[in-house]
Amino acid sequence: MYDFTALVQSIGNFLHGQFSPGVATALEWTLVILVYLALYAILGLVLVYVERRVCAFFQLRLGPNRVGWAGTAQTVADALKLLLKEPVTVNKADKLLFNLAPFIITLAALTVISLVPFAKGLQAFDINIGLLFIVAVSSIGVVGILLAGWSSNNKYALIGAMRSGAQIVSYELSVGLSLLTMVLLTGTLQLSTIIETQANGWWIFKGHVPAVIAFFLYITASIAEINRGPFDLPEAESELTAGFHTEYSGLKFAFFFLAEFVNMFTVAAIATTVFLGGWMPFHIGDWAGFNAVMDFVPPILWFLLKVSAVIFLMMWFKWTFPRLRIDQLLKLEWKYLMPLNLMNLVFTAILVYLGWHG
Amino acid sequence: MSDQLDLAPATDLLTSQEYFVNMGPQHPSTHGVLRLVLTIDGEIIRKVEPHIGYIHRSIEKMCEKDTYRQIVHLTDRMDYLSCHINNEAVCLAVEQALQIEVPERVKVIRTIVDELTRLASHQLWWGVMGMDLGAITSFLYGFRDREMINDIFEETCGARLTMNYNVPGGLMFDIHPNFQKRTKDFVEHFKTKLPEYDQLLSDNPIFRARTEGIGYMSKEDAIAYGVTGPSGRASGFACDVRKRHPYGMYSQVEFKEILMTDGDCFARYKARILEMWESLRIIEQLIDNIPEGEFQAPTKQVIKLPKGEFYQRVETARGDFGVYIISDGNKSPYRLKFRSPGFSNLFVLDLVARGSKLADLVAIMSTFDYVMPDIDR
Amino acid sequence: MNNEALLQLLNTWAEGLETEENAQYLNVRVPAAQLHDFAFRLKNDEATSFDYLFCLSGVDWPEYMEVVYHLESTKHGHCMVLKSRTDGREDPRLDTVCDIWPTADAHEREAFDMFGIRFNNHPDLRRLLLTDDWEGYPMRKDYKDEINMIEL
Repeated sequence: MYDFTALVQSIGNFLHGQFSPGVATALEWTLVILVYLALYAILGLVLVYVERRVCAFFQLRLGPNRVGWAGTAQTVADALKLLLKEPVTVNKADKLLFNLAPFIITLAALTVISLVPFAKGLQAFDINIGLLFIVAVSSIGVVGILLAGWSSNNKYALIGAMRSGAQIVSYELSVGLSLLTMVLLTGTLQLSTIIETQANGWWIFKGHVPAVIAFFLYITASIAEINRGPFDLPEAESELTAGFHTEYSGLKFAFFFLAEFVNMFTVAAIATTVFLGGWMPFHIGDWAGFNAVMDFVPPILWFLLKVSAVIFLMMWFKWTFPRLRIDQLLKLEWKYLMPLNLMNLVFTAILVYLGWHG
Repeated sequence: MSDQLDLAPATDLLTSQEYFVNMGPQHPSTHGVLRLVLTIDGEIIRKVEPHIGYIHRSIEKMCEKDTYRQIVHLTDRMDYLSCHINNEAVCLAVEQALQIEVPERVKVIRTIVDELTRLASHQLWWGVMGMDLGAITSFLYGFRDREMINDIFEETCGARLTMNYNVPGGLMFDIHPNFQKRTKDFVEHFKTKLPEYDQLLSDNPIFRARTEGIGYMSKEDAIAYGVTGPSGRASGFACDVRKRHPYGMYSQVEFKEILMTDGDCFARYKARILEMWESLRIIEQLIDNIPEGEFQAPTKQVIKLPKGEFYQRVETARGDFGVYIISDGNKSPYRLKFRSPGFSNLFVLDLVARGSKLADLVAIMSTFDYVMPDIDR
Repeated sequence: MNNEALLQLLNTWAEGLETEENAQYLNVRVPAAQLHDFAFRLKNDEATSFDYLFCLSGVDWPEYMEVVYHLESTKHGHCMVLKSRTDGREDPRLDTVCDIWPTADAHEREAFDMFGIRFNNHPDLRRLLLTDDWEGYPMRKDYKDEINMIEL
């Protein structure tokens, strides 16, 4: 499997050779920032197109298929449209907070995506408390949402923001606990090491029952975290006409919109990393020939395939189920998901203590 | 917002205050231009005040100047989802006044077309109900089958929404030769689809949690507020005009009146689904036995009703639609009043929605199936 | 109950009732002063129990205004028409029946909006379909509006 650390090292050495250490470090940072900004934009573009196609597929229609080859330039057209829209300033809105909110959400989304391991060595920020950092920083998004709802000077936006705040804060518990269950099995919080431990099998297979339960709990809780699918009451179009981002138009709305899709990618990436083996290929036990064929596919492609599968699952949920009401949503978390998570955690702890895990 | 919320003094830290939220007239789920002024306490609704009149077109005043043949064309602009049934109401009123006996063929075709209209209306309602609750895909599934009915109508009547097929004395023209076959094919097709729709929404736990126990309306309230149609029948109010005051072929076909006792949103939902099954039964009984004959009884070109009052009731997809004509012997009525089912159904919303949450209001409104042009006339 | 029996029963309740011959339903006109009590009895008496008011219409006649109530009994199945005339057209007033049939609340607001008939003791009598500051009552026969109405 190709190891990107060599490539990354060579770029670093080249820069340090050419420039003084300070400038070289600054250049490295700039390079990473540019790469991630480009990734953010491209991911947004691709995911919006995929969502529209998938949604059309479920609704027995075609989706965008005219603009560009098979409709791929549709999102570019949408982005241009959003850029050219009039940025409406709301009367009596708190200007500083109103303008700040989209940036905070983007900040949270970008920070979390920088930890995602795309392939061996291709990870911007690999600290030893990876999972903890992710769970902590993704909470910053809530601040952005609440600010957006409050500063809009609009009752609907405020209702939507408060609902969203309650929802996200509640479901963070489930996300954290289900990831914690996996940490018991993996023994480490660092993302690249978690993937290394899956070299002999993905955790969802190795971890048997507790890992499968944790996977479902994680998927459900993280869909609620990113305000998507059956849990999108805060931005429910038919009830609050767009919830916390009602008053935003043009580029600021584009930030919210993109942040939602990139968050979806990040959540799927974390699920892939922890449960589905990250960039590890699919090996079956001792079938050497099969494993060799699987190894032939580059790891980054494995990663993207797995993330796409999880994203497809999330989109499937969104376009099939009706919405849960806010109190039903919170009841689901506090009365069902959390106790289940805690029981799963205890169960896993017992398993690890007894040494029955792989 | 801040000018309507007074900050509570420090001693009342845990009390909440009510505030006003305006829902509509432009809103994705008020099914038309309806403005609701809600008094909310947190998430609980304390009072619902509907403001209507945004699509009031003074149809009743216009009817005082129009001839009876022209009035028929105005009726399908009211409840545009039950256009045939509305047209038929005026035609039946005129026929009753002039003592015209329409041929059997006309009665059978009118009944078949009525039931197809009812099916189309309920399909649209089903799609929109899913969409309002978040299952956006159901909107497209409901419309897909409704397209088939619209195509049948387009071939026979010439239009997809405002059909004007009924005229006083009969039908405007005879049915298209393909009508019988296409209707039969549609009935067979839809019988396979309806269980699918049932499964998609009715058996979905999220849907059930959003509709069961929500928006309870007792039978006494239904009668007191005049809530008819499937909304009233789901509370136990036996008000089906097709059974109580039959017209057309309804006294000669077998169908059940769907009565339920639960009175909540899920009961109203289920009542409409079961009504769709009954409509399919009625069409099946009639579609093969359309008698031969004329499609129009001989009527004068200029219709003048004798002096007197005439009231005709029909069962639209929303409920008991009534046409009340006071005639003084001229070409136009002296006074024409439309009793629209939506009007009575709307004003029970305050009673039913009090104490429920904001998200429930959307579910309640979609089960009552309002069409605003019907309410505002 | 059929129309004759019903008419006999109602005649025993109040004086001054007028009926119309050869009408589709039993038509009874009651003087305005007795409207409320008569309507109350129609609803609550066991023999009649007209609990379903299905249509409330205002009518503008040359000398007076009239309100027509179409009633049905869910228990017995019979229908009737109740009418009541106001005193002239300058200040037409009638008693409200919305405490008997709650659906009348909205219907009476509409009658007020379109005809100007005021209902005594109505909890909230204001315009329904038109804007609050509309002048005139459009459904009256003498309503003139140079801008919006086209007279042929």
